[in-house]
Amino acid sequence: MSSRLTPHIQGWLLALPAAVLLATFTHIPALETIVDSFYATPQGSRPAPFIGVGQYATMLDDPIFARAIENNLLYALITVPLAIAFALAMALWVDGRVRGRAALRLAFFTPTILPMVAAANIWLFFYTPDYGLINQVIRALGFASVNFLGAPATALPALMVVTVWKEAGFFMIFYLAALQQVPPDLYEAARMENASRWQIFRRITWPMVMPTTLFVAINALINAFRVVDQVIAMTGGGPDNASTLLLFYIYQVAFSFWDSGYAAALSTVLLVALASVALAQFFLLDRRVHYR
Amino acid sequence: MKAGPTSARLPPLASLAAWLFGLLWALPLVYALWAAFHPAAYTTHFDLAAPVTLRNFARAWEAAPFARYFVNTVLLVLGIMAAQFVICTLAAFGLARGRFFGADVLFALILVQLMVTPDVLILENYRTLQSIGLIDTLTGVGLPYVASAFGIFLLRQAFKTIPRELDDAARLEGASTLQTIWRVYLPLARPVYVAYGLVSVSYHWNNFLWPLIVTNSVETRPLTVGLQVFASVDQGVDWSVICAAALMTSAPLMIAFLVFQRAFIQSFLRAGIR
Repeated sequence: MSSRLTPHIQGWLLALPAAVLLATFTHIPALETIVDSFYATPQGSRPAPFIGVGQYATMLDDPIFARAIENNLLYALITVPLAIAFALAMALWVDGRVRGRAALRLAFFTPTILPMVAAANIWLFFYTPDYGLINQVIRALGFASVNFLGAPATALPALMVVTVWKEAGFFMIFYLAALQQVPPDLYEAARMENASRWQIFRRITWPMVMPTTLFVAINALINAFRVVDQVIAMTGGGPDNASTLLLFYIYQVAFSFWDSGYAAALSTVLLVALASVALAQFFLLDRRVHYR
Repeated sequence: MKAGPTSARLPPLASLAAWLFGLLWALPLVYALWAAFHPAAYTTHFDLAAPVTLRNFARAWEAAPFARYFVNTVLLVLGIMAAQFVICTLAAFGLARGRFFGADVLFALILVQLMVTPDVLILENYRTLQSIGLIDTLTGVGLPYVASAFGIFLLRQAFKTIPRELDDAARLEGASTLQTIWRVYLPLARPVYVAYGLVSVSYHWNNFLWPLIVTNSVETRPLTVGLQVFASVDQGVDWSVICAAALMTSAPLMIAFLVFQRAFIQSFLRAGIR
């Protein structure tokens, strides 16, 4: 073996186990998913016939798919800004001098550590008609009990609440770290100029934490497209598909209806959505956020 | 984390808002704790004189094989972490130190997994496991996560900051590549391993969809799936027992977090800042 080749061979040997596993569980299945989406679902042992964009045509006429996409977009549009706003507010509160700071931080962060399935079951209890805490309050105020998870209008918002509850504290720690990086003399200068709190936030804090906001936004967005645990545990997509989200629908089509061709087409849509987020991240983060 | 240098005392109104929010945020957990530690008669009835009991935990423990689920989860998270450490260390070292043909392309391909995690490709990965006979095994639950792009990325960054002179020195003493990794890189990157380990363990302790799909017996189910099976089988909707079960399955991670709060938060931070 010539010594010129040695570093190449050694490099590949070191990376080989990881490369093989990644190819097996990420790259090859991703490509297979896309290829399979152009075939019908195989029946018995006969090979599946090629049907071109047939699955996608079905998709366009599928009201549940439309519902899942609409729900997912709503989910992203509502939970991402809310999680960001709450996370930043929490960080500002906990960063300031306030009584019981440690307890507050604990209250905000603890939901993050909980498994989503455990959180979902706790919230199921919280949302219970008649007896759940929320409905006890509603009834004490003289209103009728609300079946949050059983009514089409409230099922999806009820899931969003759980997501924001669990995510905001996680994103808070990134804002906390960012706030502590802001040079103190900026604040001192602002105070000398008698800037109001709002001006300080608007002109110093907000621009300085912008990179964190972008990071958090991207992560929250990816999470929004991968939401599934709480749907399975809390609503099963119902009532009447009111809380069906894309990954949950894929799970249903693949493992309850065993329609693998259609599931592949649906997965392709999810892959495209995630790839778009990845590209957005690439361009946004690469252009570097300007402190202005 | 100390109060920031910026921290002015919060004005009274902001303090009030902070406290209201904190209370609101804690409420679901406090409510679950109340239900879990009191007899069923007090589940939704608040009385400070209510007797405290552990019976709900005992009933949950007896009603489902939680002991087995605990063993499964512990084996799963430790197994995944150990395998990730080995596989990702080798790849990260290769990518950080070797300048080999195709290294950049390989690294770019690895990063794809940050977006396309194995749980997005459930159907194809299920078929792959089927073809190698790993359905309903703990190995099958863990295998797709072993080569983690995130781990490789994190360790590669850490390895790059280690001065090359150190491994030249090790080599002069006759150490092989693997010995160099073991003696020089591992000890120096220890904090990164701690951070990665904590993130990995908390992720897989909580992971749900993939184990739900792959497992179908008591012998392989992790806690999350076990809890879901337990809660969805009709318990006569005994909320005190379900809350006890939910808290019980989260307890080890929660307690570890309460004890090592700083380490946890630092790890998540380190892991998040790319």
